[in-house]
Amino acid sequence: MPVFNQSRSNIIRLIFGGMFLIIAAQLVNLQLVSNKYKKLAEENALFPKRIYPNRGIIFDRKGKAILNNAILYDLMVVPSQVKNIDTQYFCQLLGIDTAEFRDRILDAKFKNGPFRPSIFEDLLPPDLYAKFEENIWKFQGFNLQERPVRIYPYNAAAHIMGYVGEVDSSVLKRSTGYQLGDYVGRTGLEQYYERELMGQRGIEFWIKDNKNRLVGHYENKALDTPAIAGKNLRTYLDIDIQQLAEKLLSNKVGAVVAIEPKTGGIIAMASSPDFDPNELTGPDKQSHYAKLALDVSAPLFNRAIKGQYQPGSTYKPLGALIALDEGIISPSSGYDCHGVYLGCNRPVKCDEKFAGHAATLRLAIAHSCNSFFCNTFRQTLDNPEFHSPRKGLMKWRQYVTAFGLGHRIGVDLPSEDGGNVPDTSSYDKIYNRSWNSCTMVTMGIGQDQLSVTPVQMANAMCIVANKGYFYVPHFVEKVDGETKEDTLLNRYRRKHEVLTHIPDDVYEVVISGMQDVAEIGTAKAVRIPGINMCAKTGTAENYLVVDHKRTKLKNNAMFVCFAPRENPKIAIAVVVQNAGYGAAWAAPIGSLLVEKYLNDTLRAESVKKAQDIANTNLLPKYLIRVQFIEDSTRAAQRALRTHDSTNLMKYIIPSSRAALLDTLRRNNNAIIQRSPLIKPKEDNKPQTDSINK
Amino acid sequence: MSSRNPAISKGVDWSIVWIWIALCTIGVMSIFAATYRESDTILQGFISLKTDYSRQLLYFIMGGVIGTFILLTDSKFFTATANLFYVFGILLMLLVFPFHSRIKGTESIIKFGNAFQLQPADLCKLFVNLALAKYLSRVETDFSKTRSQLIAAAITLGPAMLSIMQHELGLALVYFSFFLVMFREGLPANILIIGFSFAVLVVATLLLEKNTLALILTAIAGLAVYILRRQVKRNRAILFLIAGLWFVCVGVQRFVVPFVFDHVFEPYQVKRIYDAIGKDYVPKDENAAIEIEQKSKGSKKDGDYNVKQSKIAIGSGGLIGKGLLKGTQTRYDFVPEQRTDFIFCTIGEGFGFVGSLVLLGIYFLLLMRIVAIAERQRSVFSRCYAYGVASVFFFHLSVNICMTIGLAPVVGISLPFISYGGTSLLTFTIMLFVMIRLDADRQMVLR
Repeated sequence: MPVFNQSRSNIIRLIFGGMFLIIAAQLVNLQLVSNKYKKLAEENALFPKRIYPNRGIIFDRKGKAILNNAILYDLMVVPSQVKNIDTQYFCQLLGIDTAEFRDRILDAKFKNGPFRPSIFEDLLPPDLYAKFEENIWKFQGFNLQERPVRIYPYNAAAHIMGYVGEVDSSVLKRSTGYQLGDYVGRTGLEQYYERELMGQRGIEFWIKDNKNRLVGHYENKALDTPAIAGKNLRTYLDIDIQQLAEKLLSNKVGAVVAIEPKTGGIIAMASSPDFDPNELTGPDKQSHYAKLALDVSAPLFNRAIKGQYQPGSTYKPLGALIALDEGIISPSSGYDCHGVYLGCNRPVKCDEKFAGHAATLRLAIAHSCNSFFCNTFRQTLDNPEFHSPRKGLMKWRQYVTAFGLGHRIGVDLPSEDGGNVPDTSSYDKIYNRSWNSCTMVTMGIGQDQLSVTPVQMANAMCIVANKGYFYVPHFVEKVDGETKEDTLLNRYRRKHEVLTHIPDDVYEVVISGMQDVAEIGTAKAVRIPGINMCAKTGTAENYLVVDHKRTKLKNNAMFVCFAPRENPKIAIAVVVQNAGYGAAWAAPIGSLLVEKYLNDTLRAESVKKAQDIANTNLLPKYLIRVQFIEDSTRAAQRALRTHDSTNLMKYIIPSSRAALLDTLRRNNNAIIQRSPLIKPKEDNKPQTDSINK
Repeated sequence: MSSRNPAISKGVDWSIVWIWIALCTIGVMSIFAATYRESDTILQGFISLKTDYSRQLLYFIMGGVIGTFILLTDSKFFTATANLFYVFGILLMLLVFPFHSRIKGTESIIKFGNAFQLQPADLCKLFVNLALAKYLSRVETDFSKTRSQLIAAAITLGPAMLSIMQHELGLALVYFSFFLVMFREGLPANILIIGFSFAVLVVATLLLEKNTLALILTAIAGLAVYILRRQVKRNRAILFLIAGLWFVCVGVQRFVVPFVFDHVFEPYQVKRIYDAIGKDYVPKDENAAIEIEQKSKGSKKDGDYNVKQSKIAIGSGGLIGKGLLKGTQTRYDFVPEQRTDFIFCTIGEGFGFVGSLVLLGIYFLLLMRIVAIAERQRSVFSRCYAYGVASVFFFHLSVNICMTIGLAPVVGISLPFISYGGTSLLTFTIMLFVMIRLDADRQMVLR
C-alpha cells in the first residue's frame, strides 16, 4: 500500500491553496484596487434622461396667448418589433414607397440598433397624426411620441417673438447651462428673455439593460431633479392691432411701430415682408429657413428696429421744438415760401406753392413747408449765441439725441440698430472742415445724413405726446413670478425726463400744428371723426445702386402720429419703402391703426380702405432684378462646383429668363414675399449726395 | 457488521453536509438574484417551477433525497458496480452521437422532451472517478509500473476524447484533473512537471513570436549543456537527451501547436484561448471567420465581451457589494450566461469582495475537509475516490472563477453547487454523498 506517498497530500493542499491565493489576489485587484469598474458599470446601466421644462408662454395685453406650447408627435419605430404590418397601407398613409420604408428601417437599425426606438418620421402634421393615432395598433413596432413645440396661434408677430432652435457650438461655448440637444431662443423675445422663458431642466436617472432599453427608475427617483417650467411673459402687445398692422403692410416693404406713450409699452410692431412664425417650428423648418434666408426682400430682417430711414418731414415737429426752445423762432414766425427754398446754392423744392402756407409755425407744420424748416434749421445752426455753426450743430445734436435718435434706444429685442445723427466730425471728414449751415440744410427736412429707425420715430412721438418724458419702448409688462432683484424689467420702469425743460406751451404750439396736419394739412384725408389726432407725414428721397448704377428710387412714405391729443394713448411711426407720398401710403396705415386701437373697431369705410391697402402691391421692382442676380450667381457657382448646370439653365434660356425678370407678372403675384426666389440684402443705409463720394 | 447498523447517521461527516447545504442555498439565492424580475411575486416564483430559481430549488431538494438514498446504500455497492457504471457512462456518451440535440453550439446533450436534458459528459465524471478508484485500489495494481499508469490514464482520458469529439472542450479538460489523484497515488512527479512544462510551452508558443521562442529554447538547451558539462563528458547520452528534448520542443512550437490549433480546435475555441491570453486572433480562412461569426451569434457577443462585462460586474461590487438585487450589471443582463457559467458575477457584484471571499472560504474549507477525509481512509478505493472528488471540484471552481475574473479562457465549466443546471448540481451532489457514504464506512477495507 503506497502509504509513502502521504506527503504528497500536502503538495496537493499547497496547489489548492495557491490557486485560491491567485483568485483572491485578482479579486483584490478588481474589487479593491481598481476603481474604473464601478464607473464602467454605471455607464453601462445608468441613463440620465433630460426632462425638458415647458417654455414660458407669451401673452398680449388682453391675456391672449400669442406664443404657446403645443405637443406635436414623432412617429417612432423599434425595428426589432416590426412584424406583420400592412406596409402598403402604412406607406400610403405616410406618402412614401416601400423602398423608402425599408431604407428608413435600415437607417434606424444602423443608428440606434434594432432594440431601441428611433424616429421614423418627425413632427407629424395634425391630419397625419390623426390618421396614425387611429391606426397605430395595426402597426406593431411603431408608436407616437410627444414632442413639445412652440406655436403661434395668431400667425403673427414673427419678428417680435423670434423662434427657438437647438443650441449650436457657439452657444455651448458661451454659456455653461446648456447641453447638446437643448433648445434656445434664437431671435426676438425668445432670445431676449431666454433666461425667464427657458425654465430649469430636470434630470431623471433611469436604469437601462444590456439592449439599452430603459427598465425603471434608479434609486426610486431619489437623485432626480424635477423640471421647472419657464416663466410666462405679459406684454403690452395688442394682437388685434398687430394683425391689422401686418395685414396693412402686406405686399409692401416697410415697418410700423405703435407705442403707448404713458408706459413705453409697444402695442404693435410690424415689419414687412414677414413670415409665418409657425414655419420655423414644425416640420420642414430647415427648408423654410433656407427659403427665407435667401430672399432678397429680407423677410427675416426686423425693419422696425433695424431698418434705417431718413425721417423726411416727420422730423419737422422735432426741428420746430428745438428752434422754439432755443428762442430762434416764435409761434408766429413764418416764411414767405413760393415752392422753393433758395437760401443756399442748391434750391430745395417745397410741395406747396400757394402764398401764406407757412405764414405761422402752425401752418408751416400743417403744410409741411420745406422752405420754412430749411430756414429754421439754418437759423438753429447759425444761432448768434454761438457764433459758429459748429457749436450750433453740436447743440442741435444734443437735442436730437435727447429725442432718442442716433443711438440704440434699448428696446427688449436683440440686435437693435441705432440710426445715425451726424456730428461735426463726420462733416469735417467729408468737407475737410470747411462747411456751413448750407452744407447740411436738408437735414432740416429730415434728409441728408440723418437716419432713424421706426421705433426711434415712434418713441420721439411719445416724447412729444408726453411733453418731454418717455419710457424706453418695450414689450414685456411683467414676468410671472418675477422678484425685485432679478427682473430684467427695472430699466423699462424708469421714467426718462429728457426734454421736460421745454415748457408745455411750446409743446402745445407744435402739437397744434400736428393736429392741423390731420385736420387741414397733408394728412387731412385720413382724419378720424371724433378723434383729435396729431400727425406728421413725410416723403423721403432715397437711392440705391442697382446693376452698378446709382438709381433714384421711389420716395419712402413716412408717417408719425399720436392720439388722442388730450390724453395720448398711442403713438405710431409708419414707413413704407419706395411707395411715394407719405400722405398717400403711410398716413392711412397709421390712421387705421389709431382708429382700431382707440375705437376698438373700424368703420365700414375704414374696413374697405384697409382691404384696399392690404391688396395694393408696392414692392419695389428692383427686388426682382436683384433677386435674379443673386440666384443666377449662386446657380452659376454651383454649376462650376458640381458640373451640373441644369439649375443654371433656367437663368440662361431666354424664355424662362424673361419670365423670371417679368416685373409685371410678378408684381401681380400677391404672395411675392413668400416666394422661394427672393432673398436678403437690400439698401437700408440711406444714400444721399453728401455721403456718396 | 457495522454496515448493518440501523442508524444511518453513524460515521457521517456532518460538516460536509452543512457545507453542501450552504453552497446550494447560496446557489439558489444567486440564481434568484440574477433572474428575478420586478413583476414576479416572490413566493409564487419559488413555487411555480416556471422560474430558474424555483427549478434550482427543486434540484436542490432532489439532491437531498438522492443524497439520503446514497447514505442508505451499502458502501460495497459502489466498489462492486464501479466498472459497470463506467461502461454505462461510456455507452451513454456514445449514445450522444446519434441522439444529441443541437443546443447552442454543443453536441453533447440528449433531450427528453422539453423539461429534462442530460449531458453524459458531465455525468461521466462520477463514473470515471469510481472506475479510477476501483482500478487503483486493485491488489494486483502496482502503480509504479508504467503499464498501470497508462491504463489509469486511458480510463480517464477515454471519456475526455469522446467529450472533445462532442465539441465540449471544457468538460474534456475536467478529466485531466484526475492526474492529481494519480499523483497522490504515486505517479512520478516528473510526469506532472513535464505536463506542466508542456502547457507552458504551448502558452509561450501562442504568446511569443516563432523565432524568438526557438532562440530562447536553444539558449536554454545551451545553458543546460553548459551546466551539465561534467556529466556530459562522462556520459554522451545526456547530450543526446538534451538535443532530443530541444528538438521535441521546437517541433511542438513549430508544427504541433499550429497543427492542433488549425485542425483540432474549433475556430471559436481558438479565438477564446487567444482572448484569454489577450491576443487578437486572425482566422486563417473565410470559413473559419464565418464559423466564429455563427458560433458567437448563439451567445450574441463574443467571449471577450462576456469576460469584460463579467469583470465590470465583479469590479463594480467593491468591498461590500451593492446588495442583493441591487447589482445593475447582473440584474439587467449585461453579463451573458450569468445564471450558469457566470454566476460568480452575481455574488461578486451583489456582495463585493467580502462576499466573494466568504464563498471562496467555504469552497476552500470544503476542499481541505475532503483532503482530510481522504487521508483518514484505510481503504485505497475510498481515498482515491475522495481525492477524485476534490480534484474535480477544485478544477471546476478554479477554472470557473478564473474565467469570470479574466484569468482563464471562457470554457463552459460550471461552478459546483451554485451554477444553474440540474445535471451539474445532481452530479456534484451524488459525487459528494458517495464520498460521505464511503467515509462513514472508513473502518471497512474496501477493494
